[in-house]
Amino acid sequence: MHFSHEHRQLFDTTKKFIETEVNPHVAEWERAGFWPAHEVLKKMGGLGLLGINKPESVGGLGLDYSYQVAFAEALGACACGALPMAIGVQTDMATPALARFGSDYLKDNYLKPAVAGDMVAAIAVSEAGAGSDVAGIKTTARRVGDEYVISGSKMWITNGTQADWACMLVNTGEGDRHGNKSLIVVPLDAKGIDRRQKLDKLGQRASDTAMIFLDEVKLPARHLIGAEGKGFTYQMQQFQEERLFLSASIVGSMEKVIDDTAAYTRQRRAFGQAILDNQYVQFRLAELKTEVEALRALTYRATDELVAGRDAALLCSMAKLKSGRLAREVTDGCLQFWGGQGYMWESSVAQFYRDLRLHSIGGGADEVMLGIISKRLGYGGKKKVG
Amino acid sequence: MKALVSVKRVVDYNVRIQVKPDGSGVVTDGVKFSVNPFDEIAMEEAVRLREKGKVTEIVAVTIGGAKCEETLRTALAFGADRAVHVKEEGEVQPLTAAQALAAVFKKEGAQLFLLGKQAIDDDANQTGQMVAALLDLPQATFASKIELDGAKALVTREVDAGLETLEVDLPAVVTTDLRLNEPRYLKLPDIMKAKKKPIEVVSLGDLGVTAAAGLKATKTAAPPKRSKGVMVKTVDELVTALKGKGLI
Repeated sequence: MHFSHEHRQLFDTTKKFIETEVNPHVAEWERAGFWPAHEVLKKMGGLGLLGINKPESVGGLGLDYSYQVAFAEALGACACGALPMAIGVQTDMATPALARFGSDYLKDNYLKPAVAGDMVAAIAVSEAGAGSDVAGIKTTARRVGDEYVISGSKMWITNGTQADWACMLVNTGEGDRHGNKSLIVVPLDAKGIDRRQKLDKLGQRASDTAMIFLDEVKLPARHLIGAEGKGFTYQMQQFQEERLFLSASIVGSMEKVIDDTAAYTRQRRAFGQAILDNQYVQFRLAELKTEVEALRALTYRATDELVAGRDAALLCSMAKLKSGRLAREVTDGCLQFWGGQGYMWESSVAQFYRDLRLHSIGGGADEVMLGIISKRLGYGGKKKVG
Repeated sequence: MKALVSVKRVVDYNVRIQVKPDGSGVVTDGVKFSVNPFDEIAMEEAVRLREKGKVTEIVAVTIGGAKCEETLRTALAFGADRAVHVKEEGEVQPLTAAQALAAVFKKEGAQLFLLGKQAIDDDANQTGQMVAALLDLPQATFASKIELDGAKALVTREVDAGLETLEVDLPAVVTTDLRLNEPRYLKLPDIMKAKKKPIEVVSLGDLGVTAAAGLKATKTAAPPKRSKGVMVKTVDELVTALKGKGLI
C-alpha cells in the first residue's frame, strides 16, 4: 500500500480533526461514559470522512479501501481508544453489508444519512450467550405477512444508547446455523425496543455500550439486507473490513503509547539518571516500535489484497490477531516503565492499557482468529468458525 | 476580481529540525513537508473573500522542484481554481522568488496578491515587500483583518501601539499574519477534486527571470544549548543576581 499525496492529506485532515475536535473533550466524555455521537459524526460527515469507500450514489467518495486504512490510522491520534472504535462502528462495522447488498430503499433511508453523519449506526451481532460464536445467536425474526417480528436481545452494542439504527444479525429460519440468518436494519426507536441499560466497562469508557432488548418488534420486510438466509455470509464478509479497520486504528495508538513512554522516562529520574538512560528500557521500546512497524506492514499487505479484490480473510485475521496481542504487550510493557504514575487512572498509558485490551476480544476474539487462520492454513478443524 | 496566492513548501512545523553535520544546511531527507502555515492563512482568506463574493477567481502559485506540485494540490484542495508551478530544482533566493512572483502576478492580471508574511523555513519576511516594490504597488503587511471595498482594500495590522488600519488601492500586495483566520479542515471531496484541477508549469526563463546568486549561506548552526538556570527565592535576590551578571 502506497501513501499518495491524497492519502497523506486525508490522514492530516483526520488527525487535525481528532486533535482539535475530539481530544480536548476526551477526559470529560470518559467521566460521563458517553460521547455526543450525533454532533461529532455530523462534523465528520461534513468533511466527507464517513463515506470514504462508500459509493457516490449515497454521498460517499467511492475510493478504495486503502484510503479507509489511512483514515483509520489517523484516528490513532485520539487520546483514548473508545472513539476510534465508536467511529469505526459507523464506517466499517455497521455499514459495509448495507452498502454492498442493501436495497435502494435501505440505502436512501439509512446508509445515506449515516454517510452524511445525520444518523448514528450500530452493529448488533453479539448476544449474552453468543459473542465470538456468531452462529450461536438466539434472537429471531419471524416472517408474518409483510413484516418481521423480532424478539431477543443484543449485548455489548457500541453507540447503543444513542444510535438511530442497528445492522442486526437475527435468525430468520431453522436448520443450518450458517444458512438461517439474516441482517436486518432495525431502527432503534421502534416499538418493543428497550435499550436503557448502559454497560459498565473496564475501558473504552468514553463510548456508550448498551444491552438491547427486543420484544415483538415489528418491522416491514423491506428492512432485510440482501437475501434471507445470507446474513452469516454477509457478516463474515463485513468482518473483513471491521478487522482491518481495528488493526489500522490502533497502530497509531500503540505508537503514541511508546512515544509518550519515551518522553516520560526521559524526564523521570531514578538512581541518579533518567529511566530512559537504562539500556534495558531503550531496547524494550525499540523492540516494541519494531513490532508495531511490522504490524503496519501486515495491515498494509492485507489492505492490498482486499483492494485487489482477492480473498483477504487470512491476512485480515492475522492482522487482527497480531494487533490485539501486540496492544497488550505494548501497553503492559510501557505501563511498567511508568511505575506508580502508570498505575494512576488518569495517566495516558493506563488509558490505553484499559482501552486497547478490548482488541483481543471485540470483533472476534484472538482464539477465533487463530481458528480461522488454522483452518485457512489447512491445519485441521472442520468446524466453521467466524 | 482575481486573487493570486503564493504557497511555499516548507519543513512541517512539528518536525524537530536537525542541522547537517557539515553545517551546509538542515536535514530535509525523510522529513515531513507541508504548506507554510502563513500561506495557508493567505489561502483561507482568499477562499473566504470568494465566499463573500469579493473575489471571483483564485490562482495559487509556487516556486520549486517537482515535489512542490503537492503544495499546489493542497492549495487547490483549499479552493484555488487553478495553479501555476514555477519549476526550478535549484536554489531560489528571495529576490529571484519575488521577481518570479511579480512576473506571474503581472501575467495573470490579478488585483490582489495574498501571501504569508514569512515562510517558517528561512523566516526571511521579505517576499511580499519585494514583490510590491518590483511592481510599484501598495503593500499592507502582517494583516489581521482584510476587507475589500470596490477598488480599495482596508487592512488591519497589529502594531506595537495597537491596531493600525491601512487603506490601499488595488491592485495591492497583502501579507497575512497568524491571527487573520483559522484555516479550515480540508474536506475529502475537495482533496480528490484537487487532483483534476489544472496546474500550468512555467520556468524562470519563461517569466524572463534569471536566478540570482546574491546571497551565500556560509554556515548553518544549531542554536546554543540553554545552560542550566538557578532558582532565586526573593525579588531582592533576583535583582542582585541580574546585577551580578551585568544585565541591569
